[in-house]
Amino acid sequence: MEEHIAIIGNGISGVTAARHIRKNSNKHITIISAETDYFFSRTALMYIYMGHMKFEHTQPYENWFWKKNRIELKNGFVSKVNHKENKLEFANGEVLKYDKLIIAVGSKPNKFGWPGQDLDGVMGMYHKQDLENLEKHAPNNKVCKRAVIVGGGLIGIELAEMLNSRNIPVTFLVREKSFWDAVLPAGESAMINRHIQNHHIDLRLGANLKEIIADENGKVKGVVVQETGEVIDCNVVGLTPGVSPNIDFLKDSGIELGRGVKVNRFLETNIPNIYAIGDCAEQHEAIGNRRPIEAVWYTGRMMGETLAQTICENKTEYKPGHWFNSAKFLDIEYQTYGWVFGNPKEYEQQFHWIHEDDTKCITVSYHKETSEFLGINTFGIRMRHEVFDKWLTEKRDIDYVMQHLAEANFDPEFYSTSESEILSAYKKSQLQTA
Amino acid sequence: MSNKLDHSMSLANPDTKGVSTKQKIALAIGLIGLLILALALLNTNFPNQGVFLTVSLGLITTGTILFANEAYLTKLEGIKNDGVWFKSISSRGVLGWLTGVGLTAFYIVLYFYPDLLGMGVNGDANTGLIGLFDPLSRILSGNPASQWFVYGTLYTIAIIAFGYKFILKYRHNRYQQIRTVSVMFFQLGFAFLIPEFMARLNSESFSLPYYDLKNMWPLNYYNFDQYRIDSFIKAETIGLSLLIFGIVSIFVISPFLTYKFGKRWYCSWVCGCGGLAETAGDSFRQLSSKKMSAWKLERWLIHTVLVFSVVMTTAVIHTYLGYDPNKYWLTKDVFLISVAGFLTLVFGGVLFFKGKELGKDAKYGAIGFFVVILALVGMHYTGTTSEVFFLKAGGLRSAYGLYIGSIFSGVIGTGFYPILGNRAWCRFGCPMAAILGFQQRLFSKFRITTNGGQCISCGNCSTYCEMGIDVRAYAQKGENIVRSSCVGCGVCSAVCPRGVLKLENDKLDGRINSNEILLGNDVDLMDYVNKK
Repeated sequence: MEEHIAIIGNGISGVTAARHIRKNSNKHITIISAETDYFFSRTALMYIYMGHMKFEHTQPYENWFWKKNRIELKNGFVSKVNHKENKLEFANGEVLKYDKLIIAVGSKPNKFGWPGQDLDGVMGMYHKQDLENLEKHAPNNKVCKRAVIVGGGLIGIELAEMLNSRNIPVTFLVREKSFWDAVLPAGESAMINRHIQNHHIDLRLGANLKEIIADENGKVKGVVVQETGEVIDCNVVGLTPGVSPNIDFLKDSGIELGRGVKVNRFLETNIPNIYAIGDCAEQHEAIGNRRPIEAVWYTGRMMGETLAQTICENKTEYKPGHWFNSAKFLDIEYQTYGWVFGNPKEYEQQFHWIHEDDTKCITVSYHKETSEFLGINTFGIRMRHEVFDKWLTEKRDIDYVMQHLAEANFDPEFYSTSESEILSAYKKSQLQTA
Repeated sequence: MSNKLDHSMSLANPDTKGVSTKQKIALAIGLIGLLILALALLNTNFPNQGVFLTVSLGLITTGTILFANEAYLTKLEGIKNDGVWFKSISSRGVLGWLTGVGLTAFYIVLYFYPDLLGMGVNGDANTGLIGLFDPLSRILSGNPASQWFVYGTLYTIAIIAFGYKFILKYRHNRYQQIRTVSVMFFQLGFAFLIPEFMARLNSESFSLPYYDLKNMWPLNYYNFDQYRIDSFIKAETIGLSLLIFGIVSIFVISPFLTYKFGKRWYCSWVCGCGGLAETAGDSFRQLSSKKMSAWKLERWLIHTVLVFSVVMTTAVIHTYLGYDPNKYWLTKDVFLISVAGFLTLVFGGVLFFKGKELGKDAKYGAIGFFVVILALVGMHYTGTTSEVFFLKAGGLRSAYGLYIGSIFSGVIGTGFYPILGNRAWCRFGCPMAAILGFQQRLFSKFRITTNGGQCISCGNCSTYCEMGIDVRAYAQKGENIVRSSCVGCGVCSAVCPRGVLKLENDKLDGRINSNEILLGNDVDLMDYVNKK
C-alpha cells in the first residue's frame, strides 16, 4: 500500500507539491478544497470580471489531467486535523486518513474590526466566491453607483481596475500618504498616484475608514472617512488591507501556530508528518530580507517543489534565491529584482530615473560604501530575470550594472529603449554626489 | 466545474461598456456603405457606378476608422481586452453566429455561384455587385471586374481599415504596429495592385498569369498548373524569371528567412491570409481551442493536407511532362526520381540530426514520408499523360482546389472566424504553414523566451493565442516556447501582465530549454530535478 499524502488547499502551492510528488513517486495523493473542484489561478480572477477571460481560462490544467496523473480531488471543508490518529475531519462529518499531511490553505482577506465590515455588499477580493459576490453587487454602474476600496496594496488597485473596466466610479481610500509607499520608493509611488488619477479613480491618500453604514435592509449605503468625517455614498465596499493565513481551523490542533503555521527550513511543522507551504506557512526565522510569511505566487510554487523532494525521500531545505517579484498597476507593469526599499536602509543609496511621459521609471539601489548593486525596481520597462539573478549572485557593482543595463532589457522588439538616457542621468547624479 | 458564474455574467452583462453615441454614428456610416453594396447585390442599377462605389468603400472605411478612434483614442494606452468575453460578437454570441453565417454564405456564393454576384457569363457585361466594381477594375487593369476582383478589393479594404484599428489598439506596442503596417503594405501592393498592373502588360502576344509574388507554393497550390507554366514560358525572360522566383522562394528564400526570424516573417508579416486574420480577425483570436485534443487534431490535419498537396502537385506536373529526354531533360521519370530523392534527403537528414529531439513525432513523419513515396511509385506505374492512379490528374487537382483551396481555406477558414477563431485555416490546414512550421521547429533562431520565474499562470497568453498554443503551460515551467505552429504575432507577450514573454531571434544553443529552470529557486534543488 502506497503512502497517502493529503494536501489541504488546491492553490499553486498544494498543486505544485502534488505534481512533483507524482513525478517522483507512486504515492497516493489527495487534494482537498472547499473553494473549487479544480485548480485555477487566483491571480487571474480579476480578468474574469473584466471580461478578458472566462473562468475556464484561469485553469492551467484541463480537467482530465488529474485523473490521468492519479491525483485525487476532493471537494470538502476540513474542520479539524486530528494528528494523533492521522485523520482529517470534515465539516459534513466525513473522515479521511492520511500518512502525511500538507497544509497549503493560503490566506484570507484582513478585516480590522471596522463597524459594518460584515454588511451585505462588503467584500474582499481573494476567493472565487468573492468574485461571485462582486458580480452580484456590482454587475454594472446602474446597480453599483459607486464603490469604495479600502487599503492601498496590490489587491486594492486590482479591484479598482476591475470596477473601472465596467465604468463604476471608484473611491480609493489609502491609509498611507502615497500609494504603497511602504514598499515603493517615493518617486515610483508618486508616479503611480498620478497614473491612478489619470484613470479617473478618486484616490484619497492619508484616508482611513471609520465605519461602513447600512441602509434599512442591512446593505451597504456608504462609508465614513475617519479624518474628515465625510460620508461617501456607495453600494459596494472592497476591503483590501492585505491578507493573513487562513488557519482558524487549526486553532486547537496542537500544530504550532504564530500568524501562520510555524515551519522550519524543511517546511516541517512541530508535528511529524505534517508540513505547511505557501501563504499560510510562517518561517521561524525570516530568510534574508524576506518576510517570515510570504504571500507571493512563486514562493508558493517553490515551496511546493521543495517539499515534494522531501516527501519523496530526498530531504531538501527551502532555499529561495534572490528576491524578485512583479505586478501591474492598471497599465503600468512593475518588476523588481533584489532589494529596493521604500524607506531606504542606512547602508542603501538609491538612484531614481523617470521618463518624461510619466509612465516609465526605475530605481536602482546600491551599497553606500561598497557600491555593490543591491536591487532594481522598474516600471513600464521589462527586465530579464536571468541577468539580474546573475548580477546579484556575482555581486556586481552599480557602475557595471548601469553600463550593461541594455543587456537586461526584456521589452518586445522595436521598442524604443531608455538605457542610454538612464545611463547619462546616472552619470550626472554621480558627479553631483561625488 | 460550476459555470454559474459565467451564466450570471452573460445575463447581467451582455455588453458592459456598451457602444458610445459616436460609435453608433460610426457604425451607421459603415452600414450605409455596406447597404450600397447590398443594393448592388440585389441588382439595383446605380447610374454612376464609379461614384457609388467610391462612396460605398469610403463610408465603410470611414465608419471603421471613426469607430476605432472612439474605441481607443479616448483611453490611455494599454491592453484593451475589457469585455471581450461579454460582447456577443467576440464570444460566440448571437452576433458572432450571425456574422459567421453571413461570411460563410458569402464565401459559398463567391466560390460556387459568382453569377449571383452579377458576374457576366458568355461575354455579357457584369451586373449587380460585380458590375459596381467595373470602374475601379478598369482603372487598375483595364479589364472589367470579376468576382475575384470584388473579393480582392474588399479583402484589401478590410486589412487596411481593421489594420488601422489594430494599430490604435496597440498604440503602446511598436512590434504590433510595424507588423501591421507590413501586412497592410504587402496586401495592398503585392496581393492587390501589382497583379492588377501586371495584367495591364498583357497583350495579344504577351500574357502573364495573375501572380501575387509573395504567395508561394504550396499555399499557392496552382502555381505549377500547366496553363501557368505554359504562359510563364511563353512570356520568355519575364515569365521565366517569375517561375524561377517562385521556385527559389520555396527552396532558398523562405527557409533562409525562417531560419533567421521564424515563420512569423511570412505568417504574421507578409501573408494575406495571416494579414486578414491579424486585422479583421483580431476580435476572434481568443476563440481558438486550447485543448490538447485540438492540438492532436491540428497535427494530423495540417500534415495530411501537406502530403495531399505534395502528391497533387507532383501528379499535376507529372502529367504534362514528356517521356523523351531528348526533347526536354525533365521527363516524367526524372521528375519523380528527383522528388523522391529530395524528400528522402530531407527526411534522412532530419532523422539523422534531429531524430532525438523529435521523439514520437519522427514516427508520424515517417508515415507521411512513406505515403508520399508510395504515391510516387504508384504514379510511375499508373501514370500517363492524362492520368495518374488511373484517375485524371485534373481530378486530383480539382478535388484539392475544391476541398482545400476553397472550402477549407475560404469557407471554413474565414467564414468561421467568429466560431473557430481567426486562424483555423492557418492552424489546421495551410500546407505552407506546415512546411514553415517544420523549419521553425527544427532549425530557426526564433523562440519565445520565458522570463525566469515571473509567470503567475494567469492564462492571458494562452487565451489570446490565435493558434491555440497553451503558452502558459511552458511559461509556468520556465520553458521557452518553440512550437511549429507559432506565427509570432506577439500578442501573448503584449497581454502578459508580468513581462514574462519575449519574441526573439538568438543562438540555436539552448533555444529549447526543456529543463525546469525556475529561477529564484534553490540552485542545488534545480540541478537535482533536472538530472532526473
